Amino acid sequence: MNLTDWVVLLSTMLGIAAYGTWQTRHSSHLDTYLKGNASTRWGTIGLSVMATQASAITFLSIPGQGFESGIGFVQNYFGLPLALIIVCAVFLPIYRRLGVYTAYEFLGRRFDAKTRLLGAGLFLVQRGLASGVTIYAPAIILSTVLGWRLDLTILFTGSLVIIYTVTGGSEAVSLTQKWQMGVIFGGMATAFVILLAKLPEGLGFGGAAHIAGAMGKLQAVDFSVDPSKRYTLWTGLLGGLFLSLSYFGTDQSQVQRYIGGASLREGRLGLMFNALLKIPMQFFILLLGALVFVFYQFERPPVFFNQAEWRRLAHGTDAGKFRALEADHAAARAEAQTKIQAWLRARTRDDTLLESAARTAMLDSQRRVEAVRTQAKAAITAADPRAKTKDSDYVFITFILTQLPHGLIGLLVAVMIAAALGSKASELNALGTTTTIDFWRHFRPLTAHDEARNIRVAKWFTALWGVCAIGFALFAGFAENLIEAINILGSIFYGVVLGVFLVAFFLKRVGGTAVFFSALASQTLVIVGYFTLSIGYLWYNLIGCAVCVVFSVFLQTLLGPTTKTEGTR
Amino acid sequence: MDDESPGVPGFRTWRGIYLFVFGCFVVVVVLLALFSRVFA
Repeated sequence: MNLTDWVVLLSTMLGIAAYGTWQTRHSSHLDTYLKGNASTRWGTIGLSVMATQASAITFLSIPGQGFESGIGFVQNYFGLPLALIIVCAVFLPIYRRLGVYTAYEFLGRRFDAKTRLLGAGLFLVQRGLASGVTIYAPAIILSTVLGWRLDLTILFTGSLVIIYTVTGGSEAVSLTQKWQMGVIFGGMATAFVILLAKLPEGLGFGGAAHIAGAMGKLQAVDFSVDPSKRYTLWTGLLGGLFLSLSYFGTDQSQVQRYIGGASLREGRLGLMFNALLKIPMQFFILLLGALVFVFYQFERPPVFFNQAEWRRLAHGTDAGKFRALEADHAAARAEAQTKIQAWLRARTRDDTLLESAARTAMLDSQRRVEAVRTQAKAAITAADPRAKTKDSDYVFITFILTQLPHGLIGLLVAVMIAAALGSKASELNALGTTTTIDFWRHFRPLTAHDEARNIRVAKWFTALWGVCAIGFALFAGFAENLIEAINILGSIFYGVVLGVFLVAFFLKRVGGTAVFFSALASQTLVIVGYFTLSIGYLWYNLIGCAVCVVFSVFLQTLLGPTTKTEGTR
Repeated sequence: MDDESPGVPGFRTWRGIYLFVFGCFVVVVVLLALFSRVFA
């Protein structure tokens, strides 16, 4: 990055943060601080919901996923529009009618205090532990590639988000997210155009798509019912529906984005905006990755995309081995390029046999390239058993840094940081709000009417969670497989929380005691199941939810009809 | 409150909006399946 990139990066990031802080500096009403401005329209709500879900990892890892495994990951989002329709039709009208600040406040009204505290507690445990990762994960990639100090990157991004989230609360979060999404859309569209322009002359989008398709990168929908396949139409519809319903309907970081706003209509339209745009957006990001794959068929790519790690190990005792692997990779790549061009020529000759033979030769040559990459990863592990061999997260950022002109490099790095700040801000805002409303105010009911004190407390809790997140991110470097651990943690808790909410919305005869003990029992069962069974962790979303609902109905039947004090309010 | 008009040209009820969004979702999945087939 040169001076121009730094000017673009810093002016974009600091400008948006300063704008959000300045615009909301006089935020003195609890409603505005926790729910956002009462005049917020659907566009801002929709972009805010989108920015909350789209973390920096979305823009670093997903193109890498498209590069490595193709665009099939888009099926993961197939349950999302259906879940958002349910949230719009059932969840949102009830949240607004009750005028709650948090989703767990609704559990208190519907059931009782203990169920509310359980729901809020599960959210704080899960989000609190995950909060460090949302800063750490992009920081480790950006600091590795750009040569920045990891601790300073974490401190800079963490402090920036704390300042405007604490100052302006939910209103500042929505306001900054709107502009951050503008930078993200602009940056990604620019990268797409430049990528197309950099493809070999005459190839164009169609030719590139045919190459990507022939290499198996454009299989968007898989109708297979094979349970061992991770991404299919069915896993996307079923798993995605439960995951999205839980995330959008019960996770405070999302609920807080849409319960405010000018009216129910604005919240609903904001969610429908996401239901319409999310799948095309994810498709576009994955397609970008698949096209980067095609681009690197004609340009010489590095043998391993985490070049900082490669260089560190290549200068060690096995330097000769690493140089030999680089030479093997270059030779395999040159052969693969020749075979691709032969296949492109064969396609124009209307000779099926020739085209088929050329395609087979092209795929064989691609397998040889992959074999060299596998050897390179084995060499990395042999040189340092603790080194990470997954380099797909580094593919897109490598393309940005080596192929984009200066100025645009700064803009694309700003895209990554904007995404990190946007999702982090919602998270801190939700953690601070839940701690204030569901815990602090619950145990100090007399302070409920002291608006200024409530805001002060919410600011302190938000800042405290921010400091915890920074501390956790600074410490996280010592933990292995942390990101996966956090995903597992989420899946373990999400299912049961969704089960509690589904009982609240749809099973009116079930009361607080039944659902509370069912939630505890099903949560215990899920945790025991996780440590004793060997099934994919995503299934625990479905299992936790189903067990909680069934246990609640069964226990309520044993307990008899609900009473006025305990039951359905 | 649930009966509030969506205020979107062409739609009188929220049910209509939900059906439209669901229809768009089906169209997107069909287009993605066609895309996979065309470039396979």
